[in-house]
Amino acid sequence: MSMRLLRLFGGREATAPVARERLQILLSHERGLLGQTDLLVTLREEILAVVSKHIQLDPDKVLVKLDRGKTVSTLEVDIEVPNNFDKKTAERRMAG
Amino acid sequence: MAKVLVVTSGKGGVGKTTTTAALGAALAQGGQSVVVVDFDVGLRNLDLVMGAERRVVFDLINVVQGVAKLPQALIRDKRLENLWLLPASQTRDKDALTDEGVGRVIDELRSRFDWILCDSPAGIERGATLAMRFADEAIIVTNPEVSSVRDSDRIIGMLDSKTVRAERGERVEKHILITRYDAGRAARGEMLNIDDILEILATPLLGIIPESQDVLKASNVGTPVTLNNAESAPARAYTDASRRLMGEQVAMVVPAERKGFMDRLLGRRAA
Repeated sequence: MSMRLLRLFGGREATAPVARERLQILLSHERGLLGQTDLLVTLREEILAVVSKHIQLDPDKVLVKLDRGKTVSTLEVDIEVPNNFDKKTAERRMAG
Repeated sequence: MAKVLVVTSGKGGVGKTTTTAALGAALAQGGQSVVVVDFDVGLRNLDLVMGAERRVVFDLINVVQGVAKLPQALIRDKRLENLWLLPASQTRDKDALTDEGVGRVIDELRSRFDWILCDSPAGIERGATLAMRFADEAIIVTNPEVSSVRDSDRIIGMLDSKTVRAERGERVEKHILITRYDAGRAARGEMLNIDDILEILATPLLGIIPESQDVLKASNVGTPVTLNNAESAPARAYTDASRRLMGEQVAMVVPAERKGFMDRLLGRRAA
């Protein structure tokens, strides 16, 4: 009620700060995507190749993400590994 | 040394054609020889805003394809003798334009003019990339509104990667031109302000064009706003921007509409 009254008496909502914040979040995300697409694809393929030498992986379960911060950026690599991966490599070693 | 300047934005309807016409005329008024080139193939409008729509015989595609020589397609402005227009085709497909063909025409224009202003179509497709391809400098026309700022950011990324200069490892000099700005609304927090936009886009400012009825009045009669009413707020803002392009130091102010006492009393807008 008080907000409505306030608006009624000319206290208009300042929506520009919301616009600025939404843009800053969106653009930091989009710039990362557009600029780093090739790098991320390359990283993902090479990481997948290296790990696959030792562990059988589902290629869809390998996630590579780059987050750009103001001072430092982080590279996040998330690989889901099947529970019995160690048995398989052990079996392969026995066979080999 | 000739300069190729692309007027671009990504988003449509923000004022690229108005800006191309107004800055082209302002540079010509400043003594420079200028050609404005319409790259919006199929949807040309620069001829209309310049008031030359009935004088178009040949166009950019005709020249690229060798059907017409460049001097046959160039239209001299009736008000300023050192201002010229190279129109786009209204009927032909933009696929008729090739990188090499456009490059040849731009080279020929460089030998004839001080300034080559390329009016880009909206979007990020071939027409827009061709318009920016050979640019030395770029004006990114931005409205103080979220979708326009986002698209400007995208276009800045393209200017840094898809131009001849970028491919050679050189820079395209970029400028933001904010149009349709309402200082009152920005002050009340209802509109993104200049600092917000510049901080987000991290690109220097060329000028601030206030929202004004004079822009529509000028396009109605087919005269660049700087010629139609040189004393109007948008005309003064465009003239200042053109002087900055020529390397002058001009204080950055938002020109306001000039109202007389009677106008204020009667609540009339300045003419």
